[in-house]
Amino acid sequence: MSRAAVTGPPGFGPDVEGEIVLSRDTFSIRYDMDRETGVISRRGHALEGQSLAGKIVYFPAVQGGVAAGWAFLALVGRGVAPAGVIFGKTNPVMIQGLVLAGIPAMHRVSPDPFTVFRTGDRVRMSPARGIVERVG
Amino acid sequence: MELSEREQRIRAGEMGEAARIAIEQQIAVGEFFGAERFVPVSSVHMMGDMEVMGDAGFAFIQDLVDKGARFTVPVTTNARCVDFERAADVRQDPALVARERRLVENLRRLGALQVDTCINYQTVYQPHFGEHLAWGDTGTVIWANSVCGARTNYEAGPAAVAAGITGVTPAYGFHLDDQRVGGPRFEVRCALRDWADWGALGGIVGRRTLDYWTVPVLAGLDGRPGPDDLKHFGAALASYGSCAMFHMVGVTPEARTEAEAYRGRTPPATHVIDDAALDAFYRTYPENQPEADAVIFSGPQLSLLELRRVVELLAGRRVHGNTALLITTNFAVRDMAVRLGYVKAIEDAGGRVLAGSCWYIMEPAKMARAHGWRNIVTNSAKMANIIGGYRLHPILRRTDLCIEAAVTGRLPDEARLA
Repeated sequence: MSRAAVTGPPGFGPDVEGEIVLSRDTFSIRYDMDRETGVISRRGHALEGQSLAGKIVYFPAVQGGVAAGWAFLALVGRGVAPAGVIFGKTNPVMIQGLVLAGIPAMHRVSPDPFTVFRTGDRVRMSPARGIVERVG
Repeated sequence: MELSEREQRIRAGEMGEAARIAIEQQIAVGEFFGAERFVPVSSVHMMGDMEVMGDAGFAFIQDLVDKGARFTVPVTTNARCVDFERAADVRQDPALVARERRLVENLRRLGALQVDTCINYQTVYQPHFGEHLAWGDTGTVIWANSVCGARTNYEAGPAAVAAGITGVTPAYGFHLDDQRVGGPRFEVRCALRDWADWGALGGIVGRRTLDYWTVPVLAGLDGRPGPDDLKHFGAALASYGSCAMFHMVGVTPEARTEAEAYRGRTPPATHVIDDAALDAFYRTYPENQPEADAVIFSGPQLSLLELRRVVELLAGRRVHGNTALLITTNFAVRDMAVRLGYVKAIEDAGGRVLAGSCWYIMEPAKMARAHGWRNIVTNSAKMANIIGGYRLHPILRRTDLCIEAAVTGRLPDEARLA
């Protein structure tokens, strides 16, 4: 049996391994996150109260404006940045911000990560090969 | 990506270390989105203030300055989190103000035109059809793509800085013809009487679209929108829907007809927006108390025509003692409004006109706490959307009702929905 995985076009950044956190809701740094702590703060968000620090995070889509361009670097500076970010659909500012911060990024993954992983699974994200696999 | 000879020399470091870093980031972003080449840009508009940048962003800019970076194309700055002249007056954090001053000095060293405006397209730089840009602030991007027929993606602060240094941007997304084809069709059957209505329309379309890569098409509009109608519509559509472009049939230059908007393709879906839909949108912003604590016109900064309307609606009356009236605009409009007597009229009424900032980035939660504001009454759908995320209580209403709330200190009966 092949290893549980999702794939997409080649992404950005080096390989990274960590715990995956899956969100059913979309992501906006300005609207959804406490940028001091890296914790999802928007009331009613699927990940409300969840820290993204050190995690590999999946969001189906994104929202909001250009604040994301600087915000990921700020999260790195405060030691609370995610280890990697995977999107269904994303937008330029998310990727511009992740590139600036040096955080691995992928998009347009299939199948739906919810059908392959559970939050807490250990995964390896390999942007250059366009694959996220469960490990261990 | 295929690089020109100049771009290859930049990548090799021949134009300095800062330019090399800048183009490497642009290549990474371009390749992520499948860009095959760069396009030269004639104007860059950047968002960079301490509220979004944090210390790490400040250090990044400082590093570029230390490496001797200089912008090679005109770079204008977006609204920032501080009005230096009135910071104490509106109780902004002095530490934030001090760091913002140092940041501004560094941006000037890079060669930025520090205009601090999110309505550059109304006051500083009017792009023409087909012109490639690297603009940040979503409201400016959606205006440039939709109203001008210019071409830009959302360029966040660091991406805009990179484009300012290299003079080019990766050609993906809205730089390409295919990305600009119309998407879902929205048949507009509601009466649009106020800027707030246009913002609400943008919010409705945005909530149903929710995708950067989709270009909604507005059809069936009665009459022609004014510039501030389009401004509120676009800003809200970008805020609620992350959209970077719309077509408005008979209004925007790439949609003189519906067929042109769709380039011969069939609309994927049609939605009807009627008065009930508009009403339902307002109802997502119910009042939490009879009193209006703060009435704020901002997001985007006000044009001269919007300031004139505020003065007309105030009609010489004073703002209620328990209510604050705050307005943000840019320096150019403020100076004109001073000449025309609008600023004096607003200040005589007890209101304040801030310049160079936009309220939702002025640490609004802190400011609201410092003043004890429990709600914010506004005619800006964009601002209502954003500050809702900051756990403030936004109340979106038409401009005349906002002014009545400011003058009487209470939401007028016709503004009460609960």
